[in-house]
Amino acid sequence: MADTTPLIPLPRSAARLLIAAGAVATIASTFMSWTWTPDFPGDLTVYGYPAGLQVIALVAGLLTLLFSLTLWNVRGLRRLNPTGATTPYLFIALSGFAVCWYTAIAIAVDLGGLVNLDPGGYVAVVASALPVLGALALPRPGSGARHYFTKPEQPAPARPLTGWTPYAIIIAGIALGLLAFTYGIGISPDESETFIGFSLLVLFAAWALVHAGQLDRFSALCAQHKGFATTAAFIAAAIFPFTQSDDHNANLGVNILIFGTVALGLNIVVGLTGLLDLGYVAFLGVGAYAAALVSGSEYSRFAGTQFPFWAAALVGMAASLVFGVLIGAPTLRLRGDYLAIVTIGFGEIFRIAVNNMDGTSGPDITNGPDGIPAIPDLKILGFDFGDQHAVAGATLGRFANYFFLMLLITALVVLVFTRAANSRIGRAWIAIREDETAAVAMGINGFRVKLVAFALGASLAGLAGTVSAHVTYNVVPTPYQFAGSTPPNSAFLLAAVVLGGMGTVSGPLIGAALLYLLPEKLTFLQQYELLAFGLALVILMRFRPEGLIANRRRQLEFHETGQLDVPDSPELPDSTVGVTKAGA
Amino acid sequence: MRFGGLTAVREVDLTVRSGEIVGLIGPNGAGKTTFFNCLTGLYVPTQGTVSYRGTVLPPKPHLVTKAGIARTFQNIRLFANMTVLENVMVGRHTRTKEGLWSALLRGPGFRKAEQAGEERSMELLEFVGLAHKRDHLARNLPYGEQRRLEIARALASEPGLLLLDEPTAGMNPQETRTTEELVFAIRDKGIAVLVIEHDMRFIFNLCDRVAVLVQGRKLVEGTSDVVQADERVVAAYLGEPFEGDPGEAEAAEVEAAEAQAAEAGSDTETADAESTSTTKGEPQ
Ligand SMILES: Nc1ncnc2c1ncn2[C@@H]1O[C@H](COP(=O)(O)OP(=O)(O)O)[C@@H](O)[C@H]1O
Ligand SMILES: [Mg+2]
Repeated sequence: MADTTPLIPLPRSAARLLIAAGAVATIASTFMSWTWTPDFPGDLTVYGYPAGLQVIALVAGLLTLLFSLTLWNVRGLRRLNPTGATTPYLFIALSGFAVCWYTAIAIAVDLGGLVNLDPGGYVAVVASALPVLGALALPRPGSGARHYFTKPEQPAPARPLTGWTPYAIIIAGIALGLLAFTYGIGISPDESETFIGFSLLVLFAAWALVHAGQLDRFSALCAQHKGFATTAAFIAAAIFPFTQSDDHNANLGVNILIFGTVALGLNIVVGLTGLLDLGYVAFLGVGAYAAALVSGSEYSRFAGTQFPFWAAALVGMAASLVFGVLIGAPTLRLRGDYLAIVTIGFGEIFRIAVNNMDGTSGPDITNGPDGIPAIPDLKILGFDFGDQHAVAGATLGRFANYFFLMLLITALVVLVFTRAANSRIGRAWIAIREDETAAVAMGINGFRVKLVAFALGASLAGLAGTVSAHVTYNVVPTPYQFAGSTPPNSAFLLAAVVLGGMGTVSGPLIGAALLYLLPEKLTFLQQYELLAFGLALVILMRFRPEGLIANRRRQLEFHETGQLDVPDSPELPDSTVGVTKAGA
Repeated sequence: MRFGGLTAVREVDLTVRSGEIVGLIGPNGAGKTTFFNCLTGLYVPTQGTVSYRGTVLPPKPHLVTKAGIARTFQNIRLFANMTVLENVMVGRHTRTKEGLWSALLRGPGFRKAEQAGEERSMELLEFVGLAHKRDHLARNLPYGEQRRLEIARALASEPGLLLLDEPTAGMNPQETRTTEELVFAIRDKGIAVLVIEHDMRFIFNLCDRVAVLVQGRKLVEGTSDVVQADERVVAAYLGEPFEGDPGEAEAAEVEAAEAQAAEAGSDTETADAESTSTTKGEPQ
């Protein structure tokens, strides 16, 4: 029997009271002044009006309070943490604790000393620690500290949801996601402190929800109502530009979509087929250059040739496809590490070649390091993407226009991904990923099937590239490198896939959003970005190797316990085991 | 078939007729699995050919499967993270042809083919008794069921000749008996079976003919009685020297190895599932 005596010896009633009281006190503290000067980002000086980090602490306090109420058997609330496991309480308590303590430390460091804390700050520091103590006074999940990190077992849902409830839950979940995303993207890059606080809240709250089994239930629900969930997600994404008054954020949005769509294309190659492609960004580059060349830019080699968008998109896709087949045909006969090395090489060859095709070091095609600037805006059916348009009372700027175009393309890529994955060819890809020898012995022409995956992935990236050329006004060789500090580059793309979850649809999109937003908002990281990025990946691979969004298969693969379809083996008492061993 | 200086299989000439169960036995390292790998194109034989229904097969695994030879592996090689049903549907790869376009467009033809594939796969799962596990991950099946799933996956390619590599390894007597019945049922479908096995009871119960492989060479071939009575087989299994004392045998082995290294080729064998006997490794 695991030892579950609490770390802090308190009766259960005292523990839950401590959590709830701490949460309430934290909430109260956010209505006080935390520091005397508005110099600290977000202006935390006003009484009665939470701002910046205080809002985040307030939300953390509210969530903690909500969770603590489940300890009182309030009807309906039990669904929040059905097993009553300890870890969700601890993590949600840690969210408030982390935000408040981080803020206090940041105030002390930024402004030079603890003297800069107002009484409200001290209250927050003390109050936010109480729920953590309270959570530690609940039964321990196991004898070692590691049990706090292992997800508690979840029972099968009592009965399936019926009527409109599943739809309401899906909408609520997606709305919550949209809310968090718009809030995060809306934090100004000058307020890195606020963004860090926000990230802490999201991290710990998500952790608590995962441990409470909410994420699993939500994804199971979305899987059940796939069409509805997908549609709702795209509608939520389409609402995003309307929530933004600033076209800069729409620019972030469209770049995230481009990055995410390319990552999804890469997911076909890496996640489904298991081919490690480290030069994938080159295909985005090929598409972008192809579109730029026929865009009508006067700096293009073919100045004056202006293809309509559909034709330019086809040209971009076709160019990437050809490039993909040219690279794939000789390399796909290699296995594993060799393929990775060769694809890095080809990716770099693209960038260097484009850099040199300026008329002096090579043929005059791409304008060398200067790239092709002044790419005109798209016009589709008389709709000028460069203009502002007023729709439903909101002004949608240039980037918002491109956002909608890109959203359509993302939807197309999602459709291609899911349809291809659930078919004969998709099964062949997965079979090759699982065991190439067995796959060919089952009659799969390994080379051809891999080449199809490679070419499909390439042309999808090329399609995204054609839009990207117009969004950024120009194309230059530098972004299309193997590794760099800003997306897109091959390493970031791969990271988006791995971090988000290989073989899933939402994983790479979420991974791409995170990887794009974090460097954008955490401006002070600049030169340490790659270091931080590496650290984050190591930590993630340690604790959640299947990525943020777990493919059903991958999840079963990495966590031997908690498998849905393995019958429980009754646990033998320790003494029996001893006897068996002795007898053996 | 040679690996550097080692000749793993040489001049093994074996013919399997349709509706026949042929056993292949021999001590560990005799080259039985290598022989299978040569037959299915996983290894390109240094010398010799494989022919099936009168045509010589190219050493390309997917073409061999397409022609009608399917196999299982000694150390189970399922697609661990695919479901049971998906595993069998992958086995049908050569018998379906929907490509990427039809997958993307999802026309009526695609749906029909998917549905037919699923139905056919379910039939096979019923045949091996795994229909109730269709949505389980292959990796979560107990050992014996994994072996049966591998057989179902091989059958999904609608073979004329099925190669089973130690299908009962690690099974308890009851599971072995089930497998035995399964092999008979497969034979009754008109599929020729070539089976590698160490369990002698299993082999002699099952097989119409047995071939014994020792150190890459075919020692004897014949009915159970003939093979059982052969002294050399017993000797090979007990690890006794063929003649003379152990020292001599060792010396002979070294000599043989040197001779092999010097000689240009060695070879393989043929399997002919239908009709006549045939084929040739190569004379020496
Ligand atoms: N790929 C390979 N490379 C080198 N040697 C091999 C290879 N495959 C098999 N062998 C050797 O060939 C011999 C026969 O092996 P195998 O066919 O697996 O025997 P078994 O009869 O037990 O199935 C062994 O000595 C083995 O080490
Ligand atoms: Mg073997």
